[in-house]
Amino acid sequence: MAGRSSSRHQVTLLLLLLPFFLWLFAFLLLPGILMLVSSFQNEGGQGFTLGQYVKGLTHPLYTGAIRNSVLLSLVSAFVGLVAAAFAAYSFTTFSPKTRDRMLSLSNMMTNFAGVPLAFGFIILFGTNGMLTLLFKQLGLSFLAFDLYSWKGLAWVYIYFQIPVGILLIYPSLFAIRQEWREAASLLGAGTVQFWLRIGVPVLLPGLVGTFSVLFANAMGAYATAYALVTSNFNLLPIKIGGLVSGDVFPRVELGSALAVILFVILAIALFINEKMLRLARRGLSHDSR
Amino acid sequence: MTPVNERRPAGSRIWHAAVAAAVLVFLLLPLLVTFLFSISTEWEDTILPQGYTFDSYIRLFGDERFLYALGRSFLVASMTVAFSLLIMVPTVFVVALYVPRLEKWLQTVVLVPFALPGVVAAVGLIKLYSAPPFAISGTIWILIGAYFILVLPYVYQSTRNSLRAVNAAELMEAAEVLGASKTAAFIRVILPNIMPGVIVASLLSFSIVFGEFVLANMLVGGSFEVVQVYLYHMMGVDGRLSSATIVTFFALVLVLYAFVLKIGNRKPRAGTPSVQGKEETV
Repeated sequence: MAGRSSSRHQVTLLLLLLPFFLWLFAFLLLPGILMLVSSFQNEGGQGFTLGQYVKGLTHPLYTGAIRNSVLLSLVSAFVGLVAAAFAAYSFTTFSPKTRDRMLSLSNMMTNFAGVPLAFGFIILFGTNGMLTLLFKQLGLSFLAFDLYSWKGLAWVYIYFQIPVGILLIYPSLFAIRQEWREAASLLGAGTVQFWLRIGVPVLLPGLVGTFSVLFANAMGAYATAYALVTSNFNLLPIKIGGLVSGDVFPRVELGSALAVILFVILAIALFINEKMLRLARRGLSHDSR
Repeated sequence: MTPVNERRPAGSRIWHAAVAAAVLVFLLLPLLVTFLFSISTEWEDTILPQGYTFDSYIRLFGDERFLYALGRSFLVASMTVAFSLLIMVPTVFVVALYVPRLEKWLQTVVLVPFALPGVVAAVGLIKLYSAPPFAISGTIWILIGAYFILVLPYVYQSTRNSLRAVNAAELMEAAEVLGASKTAAFIRVILPNIMPGVIVASLLSFSIVFGEFVLANMLVGGSFEVVQVYLYHMMGVDGRLSSATIVTFFALVLVLYAFVLKIGNRKPRAGTPSVQGKEETV
């Protein structure tokens, strides 16, 4: 920038960046490398083997955990995305002041996750939960569900996906112009037709990107399922946690291999998001010309 | 885009109000019932509590274990934020202005934490730090080390956006033309200008660290019990105390967000490509 490349200048710059590089090395790079190395070792941390990956990808206990996690994440990301898109679009129709308030409220609720969320859901939907009792009393027992079942867990996951989804999808919704809706309706298109033919296709990159972030969000979630202690859900993060620091004797190598598998799944999901963001941005910039 | 609500038919307006209200109520419901539970005397098999009292808050703030946990959470959150700002603000500044070829790389690196859920990050950290020569597992230091990485994306993004919004390169040039050294220009000119963005990043990071459970539980657990771990242990023991803990935690989040909003409204939001100036009042 300044054009001066005296060696003293270079040394100063390097010294200023050094703490960051050291921190990155100590708490991201080195632990990551150790995890990778460990995932290729025998139990006890010796030798070289692909055995941990073979076990992780073939043993029914672990393939089950991967399958459950992927399924739960797909379902909660999809339902969460749909709910978030509807909510976020409704937000945009209010006055700037109201919609900003709604958005901050929703953003704030992204903090209601993990252990507090599990607790809140137990009071609402537990065996003696407020809504469980209310539904029973109103004769709507079919609405009640077992919180400690997969269905119950799916609801909890959908809950924490919605505010994150709103946060992510909200900016891209401004690409939809009210004028388009009016033009479409003048040409005889109904609301459903407008969204199917114009709205959703325009938003598609944003929707796919948000979906992949939500998917990753659910894949890595650990605290909520862990805090609903009464049931042991066979999920990938729970399995990893148990193998690494469980009460039973730890099996760090297998835990490492599963953690690498989880990391790769998340990296792919977030890579898709990056691509989609780029696509969405390109679409927007074409549009403004 | 200007919202043209007036142009919308009444049916559509009712629909959007209903959707927004339904989602917001759903989001707030677990927090509201947690609050209700925390002030209830007895609430076993009825829809609403049978009586109300603030007794659980009195007990909570009389519980030494809770107060220590709260203190530890404050300590670890403040120290994480302090280290993060001390290191990241100069780093982002130096890279943005003087080592632009590192910019792309830095942008990618700060995204890695998003692909790194606590449970994955914990695996390598436990492996590296539970045995000598760096046996810091179970201490505050491993938490600060890990949380620094956790808040990296937020601190980076916020600082970078602020630098861009205040046009840091031009500010530096102007200050240097007027005779300031680089260090003086950075401290006296750049820092005050990017302060709102930096404060927002600090508050967000603070709330993230305060709410973090997985790393706290796996890396230090009971040997350095923070609020979230205290809450987890209390859950099966005392529901009233747990709910009061959650409400206290959320009151803190609320205060932090109120500050963020206030700062965000005072100055044009960092990151929006707008000319800074007093006349910009929306």
